[in-house]
Amino acid sequence: PHAGPVESKNEAAMSELVPEPRQKPVVPMKPTGINASLLGYIGIDTIIEQMRKKTMKTGFDFNIMVVGQSGLGKSTLVNTLFKSQVSRKSSGWNREEKIPKTVEIKAIGHVIEEGGVKMKLTVIDTPGFGDQINNENCWEPIEKYINEQYEKFLKEEVNIARKKRIPDTRVHCCLYFISPTGHSLRPLDLEFMKHLSKVVNIIPVIAKADTMTLEEKTEFKQRVRKELEVNGIEFYPQKEFDEDLEDKTENDKIRQESMPFAIVGSDKEYQVNGKRVLGRKTPWGIIEVENLNHCEFALLRDFVIRTHLQDLKEVTHNIHYETYRAKRLNGNGGLPPMTIETEENHESNL
Amino acid sequence: ENVGCRTLSLTAHVGFDSLPDQLLRKSIKHGFCFNVLCIGETGIGKSALMSSLFNTNFEDSPSTHFLSSVRLRAQTCEVHESNVLLKLTVVKTVGFGDQVNKADTYQPIVDYIDAQFEAYLEEELKVIRSLFSYHDTRIHVCLYFISPTGRSLKTIDLLTMRSLDSKVNIIPVIGKADSISKSELQDFKKRIMSELVSNGIRIYQFPTDDETVSEINSITNSCLPFAVVGSMEKVKIGSKMVRARQYPWGIVKVENESHCDTIKLRRMLCTNMEDLKEKTRAYYETYRRCRLEKLGCRDIGPENKPVSLQEVIEAKRLEFCLEKERKEEEIKQRFLQRVNEKAAMLEEADQQASMPVLTKFEHLKLMHQEEELKLEEKKKLLEDEIAQFIEKKAITVSIQSQVSVSTPVVSLKTQELQKVSA
Repeated sequence: PHAGPVESKNEAAMSELVPEPRQKPVVPMKPTGINASLLGYIGIDTIIEQMRKKTMKTGFDFNIMVVGQSGLGKSTLVNTLFKSQVSRKSSGWNREEKIPKTVEIKAIGHVIEEGGVKMKLTVIDTPGFGDQINNENCWEPIEKYINEQYEKFLKEEVNIARKKRIPDTRVHCCLYFISPTGHSLRPLDLEFMKHLSKVVNIIPVIAKADTMTLEEKTEFKQRVRKELEVNGIEFYPQKEFDEDLEDKTENDKIRQESMPFAIVGSDKEYQVNGKRVLGRKTPWGIIEVENLNHCEFALLRDFVIRTHLQDLKEVTHNIHYETYRAKRLNGNGGLPPMTIETEENHESNL
Repeated sequence: ENVGCRTLSLTAHVGFDSLPDQLLRKSIKHGFCFNVLCIGETGIGKSALMSSLFNTNFEDSPSTHFLSSVRLRAQTCEVHESNVLLKLTVVKTVGFGDQVNKADTYQPIVDYIDAQFEAYLEEELKVIRSLFSYHDTRIHVCLYFISPTGRSLKTIDLLTMRSLDSKVNIIPVIGKADSISKSELQDFKKRIMSELVSNGIRIYQFPTDDETVSEINSITNSCLPFAVVGSMEKVKIGSKMVRARQYPWGIVKVENESHCDTIKLRRMLCTNMEDLKEKTRAYYETYRRCRLEKLGCRDIGPENKPVSLQEVIEAKRLEFCLEKERKEEEIKQRFLQRVNEKAAMLEEADQQASMPVLTKFEHLKLMHQEEELKLEEKKKLLEDEIAQFIEKKAITVSIQSQVSVSTPVVSLKTQELQKVSA
C-alpha cells in the first residue's frame, strides 16, 4: 500500500531531471543543487594553485592615466606609487617649450616585476589639460583616447580568428588631481569628472596636500565629497557595483571617509628616526610621504595597488567596456538577420 | 607585445605582487564550474564512477535498454572543498549502444556539444550581454567508457571518438575494470592505445611543458586508458566505510591504486582542470571561427587587406538593405502594372456598360419603325396583288359566261379557266 505513492513520487522527482525527448539536443537545466557532503578529499582546491600559476605565467596589464593641471605633482606621484622613475618630470619651465597648445596624450609602457609577478604598466599622461586660456572641451581628447582603446579591444574581440590573449590597452584607472585651494572644486574639475566618470574609473586626489592643515584638509574633503554628490559624479568605487555586503561596507568606509585622498608625493629619501623614508624637506620639518599622520599617500597606494587593482580592471572590462560595446553595436543597427536553425533570443546578434 | 617598453627596476616594495591573490579572491567568491560528459553503454558504470570521483551521489533511476535513440541527461551539483565552490555538471548519455542500428548513435552527442558552443556564442554576440555571470555549459572533458571485453575497441567506439576529437577533450576509460585480470589489462590498454593512434584519434594528453608536472603527467599519459571501478555503496573495512565492491572472493577498493585507476583519474582531472578549460576555449574558438565563416564573414577582404568584422557586417547589412529595396521596387512595379491592367479592363467594360439607356431606346425605336415601314410596304404590295387578282378573276368570269353560250369546245376553255380561277 505504501509502495505506490512513494514510487510515483520518486518517479516524479526523477522526471524532473529527465528532460522531455526532443529533436534538438538537451541543454542542461538550472542546477538542482544535489548538495554534496564530502566524505573524503577530492582535490578540487588545487584549482586555486593552477589559476595562480597560470596568471603568473601570463602576467598582467595595468593602464593608469593621470589628469590635472601642470605643476600639481602628477609625475612625482606616479614615480612614488611605483617606486621607480616611471615618468620623467618636466624639468625646466620654459613656457613656450613645455606647455602644449592642446591636450596631448602620452602613453608610455613599462615592464616591472615583483615577487614573480610580471606587470606591464602603462602610464598615460595628459600634458596641456587645463593649461590654456580657454579650456572648453579640453576633456574631449581624453575621452576620445579612452574610447579608442575600447574600440581597439572591440575590434580584436570581434575578429573571426582571435588572439588567445587580447592585449589590453584600456584605461583601468584615471587619477584626477584636484588643486588644493581649500575652497571647492573648480568648474573645470566638475566638467571633466561629469563627462568622464561614465566611461572610466575616476579616482579624485587632492594634490600637494602639504599646503593644508589637518582641519582644512578634513573640511575641504567634506566639501569636495558634497559637491561631487550634488553633481551626480560617481567616482570609483561606484556604489552600484558593490557586489556584496562585504564589498559595500569596505567601500562605504573608503567613499565616505578617505576619498578624495589628500596626498603628497616625493622620490627623495631622507633619514628620519634612523630610517630612510621618502619625504619632502622643509625648514619646519620633513613631511613623510608614507606616514599616515602626514598624508594619505599610503592609503591611496594600498587602495589602488594592493587591494583594488584587480577590481579596477574588472569594472573597466565588465562595465565600462560593455557599455561602450553595447552603444557601438546598437548605433550600427546591430548585425543583419541571418538564418540560423536554433531558436534565439531577439537580442542576440545571430 | 612589449615592444617599446622599458624594463624598470623597483627601488622598494610596491605591493602589486598581491595581484594574483586579488584575482583568486574574486574567483573564489565567484565560484568555479566544471562540466563533464560521460559517454558509454547502458550499465557500464557511468553514474557509479562519477559518484566515486566526486564523492557525491549521482544516482539515477536505472535506464532501460529499449530507447529508440540516444539522449543526454544532465545533472548539476555543488561541491565544496575548503574554500572552493565548484559547480559540477555531469552529462550522461542514455541509451548509447542499445539500438539495433547504431548509425545515428553519435550524432546527438555531437549536436549537444555544438549546442553548448552555440549558446555561448549567442551570449557573446548579444548587444547587451552578461558574460561575467553566464553559466558556462561548454563541456570541458569527455570520459569515454570502453567495454571491458579484453579484446579491442568496437567500431562504434572509433566512430564516436573520431567525430568528437576535434570538439572536446577525450579521456578514454575502461569501465567495470574489475572484470579484467591485471595481465590482460596491460595488453588491453596497449592494444587500445595503438588502435587509437592508428585511426588518428586525438585524445587528451596531459600537459608536459611545465617542469613541475611534466614528469607526473608523462607517467599518467602512459597509463591511458584508465581502468576504473566505481561504486555507489560503501563497505565497512576495519572501522571505516569505504567505497568498494564486495565479492565472495574479495573486496575491490575503489580508492586503492593497486586495485584500479580511479584515484589516478580523479587526481589528474583535478590538477589539470585549468588546462582542460583552456583547451575547451581553444575548441570553442575553432567552432566560432567555422560558424562565423559559414555566415559569410571574413577577416580578409577582397584585396587581401584585413577587414574587421564590423566592416564585413556593415557591408552585409548594406547588401541586405539594397536587396530589400530592390525587392520592394520589384513588387511595387508589379503591383502598379496589375493595377493599370485592371483599370484598363474596367474602363472598357465601363464604356460598354455606360452607353446611355435613352440612346439605346431610340436605337430600338428606329429599328422598330424601319421594320414597320417595311411591313407596310409588303402589305401594300400584297394588297395590290390581291386587287389585281380579283380583277383578273372578274374578267375571266365574264369571258366564261359569254363563251358558255357558244360551243362545247369552249367548255374545255371554261374548264381550263375554272381550273385557273380555282
